[in-house]
Amino acid sequence: MINEKIICAGFGGQGVMLMGQLLAYAANEHNLNTLWYPSYGPETRGGTANCSVTISEMKVNSPVISQADTVFVMNLPSLAKFEGKVKPSGRILINSSLVDKKTERTDINAYYIPANEIALKLGNPRVANMVMIGAYLGLTKLFEKETIIKLLKKSFGEEKAHLIPINDAALQAGIDYIEENYPQ
Amino acid sequence: MAKVMMKGNEAMALAALKAGCKAFFGYPITPQSELPEYLAKHMPKYGGVFLQAESEVAAINMVYGASGAGVRVMTSSSSPGIALKQEGISYMAGAELPAVIINVMRGGPGLGGIQPSQADYKQITRGGGNGDYYVIAYAPEDLQETVNVIKEAFDVADLYSNPVMIAVDGLIGQMMEPVDVDMEVSKRELPEKTWATTGTQGKRPPVNINSLYLDPLNLEKHALKLAEKYRLIKENEQRYELVNMDGAELVIVAFGTMARIVRSAIELLSEEGIKVGLLRPITIWPFPEKAFNEIPDSVKGILSCELSTGQMIDDVKIANNGRLPVGFFGRTGGMLPEPEEIVSAVKAMLGGLKHE
Repeated sequence: MINEKIICAGFGGQGVMLMGQLLAYAANEHNLNTLWYPSYGPETRGGTANCSVTISEMKVNSPVISQADTVFVMNLPSLAKFEGKVKPSGRILINSSLVDKKTERTDINAYYIPANEIALKLGNPRVANMVMIGAYLGLTKLFEKETIIKLLKKSFGEEKAHLIPINDAALQAGIDYIEENYPQ
Repeated sequence: MAKVMMKGNEAMALAALKAGCKAFFGYPITPQSELPEYLAKHMPKYGGVFLQAESEVAAINMVYGASGAGVRVMTSSSSPGIALKQEGISYMAGAELPAVIINVMRGGPGLGGIQPSQADYKQITRGGGNGDYYVIAYAPEDLQETVNVIKEAFDVADLYSNPVMIAVDGLIGQMMEPVDVDMEVSKRELPEKTWATTGTQGKRPPVNINSLYLDPLNLEKHALKLAEKYRLIKENEQRYELVNMDGAELVIVAFGTMARIVRSAIELLSEEGIKVGLLRPITIWPFPEKAFNEIPDSVKGILSCELSTGQMIDDVKIANNGRLPVGFFGRTGGMLPEPEEIVSAVKAMLGGLKHE
């Protein structure tokens, strides 16, 4: 039974909202129930931003996530703020390029992904968020990479179609990183 | 029709267009600004008028004017902006003009904050402006229900010639959910708008749209006519949902986002063998008093859960009519409780009841 509660957290501008939206869109593509909720307020580029996503075969009740199955930590402040939200034996995906600390939790599964370095190697640090999504797909097998690509194509349109290959490569790099470093 | 992911504010705007809304007047305010933004872009395609007014007061008076001309019209705002619109809403109720008003509630009083709240409950359910009147108010809990009640609300407003408010909190405006905006909703038999100021064409006497009655006897007659209309609305338009009532020890009354958090709390409680039901008002005016007759004998108390310091609890007590003990749990100022906090509140109340 699919019932995934996800929190994505980082700096404004890292594509944190998009990470959550893509997962929610993908859930809808598969006719799963889903709810995406952003932190909103006087948010700015460089300020903190987070969103939560629930993906479920059941009706989604509380939009408030107290115990997350997965937390994405894209920057250092988000680690302190959200590591406590991971439920026991849940997972935390940490962007180790920008977070030089390890989680203090010993009852959860931690994955350290140098997302910015991988993205930079691919030629654009802005796809670090897609590396993280790739890592998530590699870990959970919840959605196919092709589903995410299809959604990106729809959202980019003709104008930004040239950005599809690098996003595709970033997703694949995330999947590969998990396969190589955290074999299941 | 497949469901599409939409942000609440945008889904509400599209629902209005689907319901035949042909005019929108508003003024931006967080957390509802995506709603006018969406309409600014899409209203022209539907052959309607979008106008950003110079203030909330101007916007509501434009709504009065468009409605007087027989046009399906809407405005939207968030709490402080809705407060500014109260004069116009009272005038519309007095002049018996239909309109749909969306309130994406944020914390108050005053400018308050911008996070989700239900603290406008009393303002909404007691009229809000001056005089003997009510607005019909829906308080849906998710996007599909929100879209559906907006589509119905235009019919309900026309049927009773009265403003209808959609009361959601900032979370419903900001969240995304899959939604089918073309889902069928029940339609009402609507009378022709013979009162609308569409021009006499030299064929009929002029009509007069007005809320001023200087002769007190005439004003009393008018107020009694309105009161009879409100009695009919109370009789026919109460809407609610009962969840998990069979064998429940306690019933929680909650609407909107709070009701969804309560649903999660009820699941957690049932894992511990504690049976709790939910009485969910979908209309907050008229308040679903009828639902209280369906509370089973197994229930020992009622807990009103709100995103305020306790406003609906007064209506809960009126509807309960002294039968059961009534407790309260709330978070306010834009804070949202975790389901576990409601679990604790339920246990505390049940514990207290056992000691009585």
